[in-house]
Amino acid sequence: MESPIIEVDNLTTAFGTHVVHQDLNLNIYPKEILALVGGSGSGKTTLLRQILGLDRPRAGVVRVFGRPVHDYVGTERVALTHRWGMLFQAGALFSALPVFDNIALPLREVHNLPEDLIRDVVLMRLSWMGMSERDAALMPSDLSGGMIKRVALARALALDPELLFLDEPTAGLDPQRSDEFVELIRVLHRELGFTVVMVTHDLDTIAALSTRVAVLAEKKVLVEGTLEEVMKVKHPFLDAFFHGERAVRAFGVSNLKEQHHGKS
Amino acid sequence: MGFLIGVVLSYLSAQQLALFGAGQFIVKLLGIATVRELGPVLAAILVAGRSGSSITAQIGVMRVTQELDAMQVMGISHGQRLILPRVIALAIAMPLLVLWTDALALLGGMIAAKLELGLSMQWFFSQLPDAVGITNYKITLIKGVTFGIWIALIACHFGLRIEPNTESLGRGTTASVVTAITGVILIDALYAILFNAMGI
Repeated sequence: MESPIIEVDNLTTAFGTHVVHQDLNLNIYPKEILALVGGSGSGKTTLLRQILGLDRPRAGVVRVFGRPVHDYVGTERVALTHRWGMLFQAGALFSALPVFDNIALPLREVHNLPEDLIRDVVLMRLSWMGMSERDAALMPSDLSGGMIKRVALARALALDPELLFLDEPTAGLDPQRSDEFVELIRVLHRELGFTVVMVTHDLDTIAALSTRVAVLAEKKVLVEGTLEEVMKVKHPFLDAFFHGERAVRAFGVSNLKEQHHGKS
Repeated sequence: MGFLIGVVLSYLSAQQLALFGAGQFIVKLLGIATVRELGPVLAAILVAGRSGSSITAQIGVMRVTQELDAMQVMGISHGQRLILPRVIALAIAMPLLVLWTDALALLGGMIAAKLELGLSMQWFFSQLPDAVGITNYKITLIKGVTFGIWIALIACHFGLRIEPNTESLGRGTTASVVTAITGVILIDALYAILFNAMGI
């Protein structure tokens, strides 16, 4: 197997006395779409923040592109941030700037790019998202939830990152929008070949996108593997999550049979 | 506000000065008190309450909406893009506001002096340059710049410390204004000692 793009080594995270992760290990490999799954409060988003270097671990280390994430400082940190993009759960668009400037901001931070090139890139990203030039002048407060996600994704992809982080990409979208968004990510992933790490609750999204699933529970990665492998593991959380009523609806008949079989 | 303070100050001191028959000293008294001390401090207190609180709240909301995290992930420095512009803006705007407050307070004082002591406004105005002196105007501007920088720094500091919840936002904004105003008064006292030692 290729060497991992992200290595999480014996990570321990705690807020005060509340321990979120205890000796957590996780490797993420190039080009895969890894879904981080877990109950509320299992530290999925916190793990993402650790990987991004937004929080400091109590113990252990997170390596991104082979180096501890907190070793990147100054211009190296800036260079690192050009290699990844992050879609925050609520979009985190800069509310003071219109859509165009929001997407252009990462490009403008790379100094000396000509303004017409920036314009071309921004409009191209917008067209990927199925948005027009007219939308570029809107303010984030004028956008619907689905559009905010798409603009935020356009911003995350502004610099053609190798690594894309998605925090609940389909939360707050109606089923149709959510399917469209998943399809959009899948097409972009196929075309651009980036690595995706996503946090999600949504079984449809996991089933449609992920090449590998890592389940966070009991302060560590409980199981990792393909969706099929993970679904075979017996554990109370996994049973409730992957074999509950919602799962039956999401995965269809085959799973239903399996579950009935298990019960009899 | 500056105008009213000018009126009150002039009115009170006019009564006292009239007792000694030294009514014409009102120009010097008012001029120096306003330009050197009251103008800068008054303007700073108002700006700390108005702009300081809004800067803190603005940055605090950016924490709540994860805009600050987004900046960090995108490698955009908070210092350069959030703090520096605000510090420069207040360092420029504050001395101008101080001059404006000075002018209004003196105008208020002039009117009160006319009503209370019957000093003509033209006379008051013509005496003003001699009474106050260019040094005091320099002091007013220096204080304005310092207070502006101080208020912006304090507001940004508390803004960045806000945690992503509503309660923290309220607490941070209050702390920012209280610290900024207390600091302004302390800095003013330090300046008083400093200028005293320099003999101006």
